[in-house]
Amino acid sequence: MNITEANRQCLDKIQASTAVWSDIRPAHEVISGMTDYTVLHAGPPLTWEQMCGPMRGAITGACIYEGWATSPDEVDRLASGGKLVFDSSHHRHAIGPMSGIITPTMEVNVVRNEPFGIETYSTLYMGIGKVLRHGAFDDEVMTKLRWMNQELAPLLKAALQAAGGIDIKSIVAQSLQMGDELHNRNKASNALLLNSLVQHLIEVGTKEEAIRAIDFIDKAGHFILNVVMAGSKGMLDAGSGIDGSTIVTAIARNGYEAGIRVSGLGDRWFTAPAPPIDGVYFPGFGPEDANPDLGDSAITETIGLGSFSMAGAPAVVEYIGGTAQFAVETSLKMYEITVDEHQTYKLPPLNFRGAPLGIDIRRVVETGITPVINTGIACKRPGVGQIGAGLTAIPLQCFTAALEAFAQQST
Amino acid sequence: MFETTTIVTASYFDSVVLMRVASQLKKRDGITEVAMFMGTEGNHELLDQVGLATAESKHAGPQDLIIIVRADTQALAEQTSTEAAAMLSAKRETDQSELSYRPRMLDRALGFLPDASLAAISIPGAYAARETQNCLAHDLNVFLFSDNVALDDEARLKKIALDKGLLLMGPDCGTAYLNGVGLGFTNVVRRGRIGCVAAAGTGLQAVVCRADHRGEGISHGIGVGGRDLSGEVGGLMTSYALSLLDQDPATEVIILISKPPHPEVARSLEQTCRQLATPVITCFQGTTLDSDAFIQSATLDEAADRAVCLLGNTPFVPRNFTDIARIKQLLDHQQSTAAGRRIIGLFTGGTLAKEAYLLLRPLLGTVSADLDQAGSHCLVDLGDDRYTVGKPHPMIAPENRTEVLLELATAGRLDDCGALLFDLVLGHGSHADPASELAAGLAELRSRHGLTIPAIVSLIGTEGDPQSLVEQQRVLNEAGATVFLINSEAARYAALLVVPDCRQALMEVRP
Repeated sequence: MNITEANRQCLDKIQASTAVWSDIRPAHEVISGMTDYTVLHAGPPLTWEQMCGPMRGAITGACIYEGWATSPDEVDRLASGGKLVFDSSHHRHAIGPMSGIITPTMEVNVVRNEPFGIETYSTLYMGIGKVLRHGAFDDEVMTKLRWMNQELAPLLKAALQAAGGIDIKSIVAQSLQMGDELHNRNKASNALLLNSLVQHLIEVGTKEEAIRAIDFIDKAGHFILNVVMAGSKGMLDAGSGIDGSTIVTAIARNGYEAGIRVSGLGDRWFTAPAPPIDGVYFPGFGPEDANPDLGDSAITETIGLGSFSMAGAPAVVEYIGGTAQFAVETSLKMYEITVDEHQTYKLPPLNFRGAPLGIDIRRVVETGITPVINTGIACKRPGVGQIGAGLTAIPLQCFTAALEAFAQQST
Repeated sequence: MFETTTIVTASYFDSVVLMRVASQLKKRDGITEVAMFMGTEGNHELLDQVGLATAESKHAGPQDLIIIVRADTQALAEQTSTEAAAMLSAKRETDQSELSYRPRMLDRALGFLPDASLAAISIPGAYAARETQNCLAHDLNVFLFSDNVALDDEARLKKIALDKGLLLMGPDCGTAYLNGVGLGFTNVVRRGRIGCVAAAGTGLQAVVCRADHRGEGISHGIGVGGRDLSGEVGGLMTSYALSLLDQDPATEVIILISKPPHPEVARSLEQTCRQLATPVITCFQGTTLDSDAFIQSATLDEAADRAVCLLGNTPFVPRNFTDIARIKQLLDHQQSTAAGRRIIGLFTGGTLAKEAYLLLRPLLGTVSADLDQAGSHCLVDLGDDRYTVGKPHPMIAPENRTEVLLELATAGRLDDCGALLFDLVLGHGSHADPASELAAGLAELRSRHGLTIPAIVSLIGTEGDPQSLVEQQRVLNEAGATVFLINSEAARYAALLVVPDCRQALMEVRP
């Protein structure tokens, strides 16, 4: 099979994929190998020593939450002593924004790609500011985490059952036409998700529980992001492992390195040092506070959302400091490195052209254009949270290394 | 009447889009009704009310698209339903007209300009062959400005182009005119009856400017690159360009400018020319072939003049100077002691340098093309690769020539120079004011080095050029330079200065 055919096969599967948010389950029940002391994280695999502040903070919080430790020192001993088993979430159909930490008892979203029988998982979105994924683990964070896992998760699980699952692909398609790009801007999608949930939350919970849940999802703003990320991953996982395909199936960063995976190159990662982010900062913060690029949320760009769909989200450019024209040009630039257009995700300002889909490592290397990622900026000090937002480009090195490996494999 | 119901699961389409597609399809013959709705509760009610609901449609969920078609035949209903789905998922290109975005990949660029028929390639030669092949594969004619393309690549690519009936102009093609559109370094000339095939660089520019001065114009000017008539390439593009011009109703005469062709290629070129209905005037720089298949000219201006005479049905009279009285007057007023000294020519155009060299060598004896050759006459093409490494071409950056001139002066190597010969090429792509740059250089020669060497300029351009021929001429005259609008005349005039013995021969009006 030649490359074009292999890529076609890969993209046909991605295009035919669905994403239905069907359940909430404890991680250890659904994610493979989630034994005690297993810690999944964002991005390519890395060691405790290589982990950045926010990721270490998040792991500390997670260990305390699991009851494996009571203090940061204890967590450090567990980690340094090899007691904690780290792995990339990507190796287990799971995904998470920023640190993306998942431990066994955390409740996770279950999103199904029905035609391919693939299930993917992500933790529940915790809101903005002081949150676990940014490495915060004080009492307030712990209390919120417990509430989410003990009250919100069962309620959502019941609501999802009552709703018979919620079609995320359809919400994404609709909200793209309402000015979201589904990475940094989720105004429409989060509201649409809440619309689908409200009736069922009221059905299955007490009035107070329902109000708390509705209020939380509304205020969190990006609650849907984690669900969309899991859905996007499920679609891309369907296109993974196609022999001879040069299509990128994952882009992820761990605060130490950025990495990509390619359909025809198995489970290998091709990495480069995590790039800095060019962006705007919240008052009181600057580039010196910023952590290098972090998190699995670039999966949205990989499926054609985020910066790839920025043409359809002119409002997002203010957030990252640009013009509406810039938004359009960013999408146009991404068409240069992709080989397909999404059949369901359409961009109104581009005459309803399908979103750029299917990053081809050959086109990236040939043009020198690397995928642009719309992303939040994390503070490098654990627990501070998001301090800005901006654009980052995945280093070309990842793509040249992948292409060289591909060439070697093909000969 | 027949009816079909199709459910497209897990999809989302805006109702406006659905209504537009449905109404388009409903207008067709044999179609009674086309209903396209997402399966929301409200839409199910609507379908019930209007009596369109079917057994299958009732099962559609809010994320499913329902397509119901009623038509005269079952086949038509099914076909329309399939088409409706296809129309919804049809790929659409962005309307780019108002955007400033410049695409990077060829396939994306073609998305912006689907009707494009020509690609201009100007990238380092090592990569040019690959891009050229890619453009040819997309059925694009190619203007290949890049040089340093391997000869075997050139031959291979030209074969591909020819098989597809495409032009591959180049490599190292600096100028072309197609349907009145100039590519690369071009002078503003009128359109007309003369078709040109050339390497193509300053030779083509000199010919079109001369024709323009004589009141004639250019139909097309097709560049083929300097190696097209080599044995390896075999004149593939030259022959094709000649046949295209022959078929062109606007072209009444063809001028072919080239280096001497390879003997075998010359023979096939003769064959080609004999089959053409259009007369061909050639200028094979440095050779005369024993053939009557074409009308041969020794110089670029002669080729242009012969074409003009042919079109005007007037006899061509060969002459060394168009205005002999002016030459006499110039020589009378010439007070320098140029005789016996050497000529140093600093050219920006390769073909112009070559022409001067071919004219002067019989008159001067040894003429070097190398600047480092002390003592002898010297005509240098500063646009040659060895002078342009890491620098822009001197037609774009004439200060590079001034620099060379002043370095020569500083080294005392102009002390035995009796005449400085320059070319100055105007037009799009060239420097905005090359005359002033040259004038400043000449002024510095006088003020700093005390040198008042006669400066002779071959000025190639038209009044329509952005620099304005008249204005550039004025600047040069004020700088004390003697200006010729014909390259061969500038060279001959330089010879008159340094070799007074040749005056009689050159100034005699030939029979």
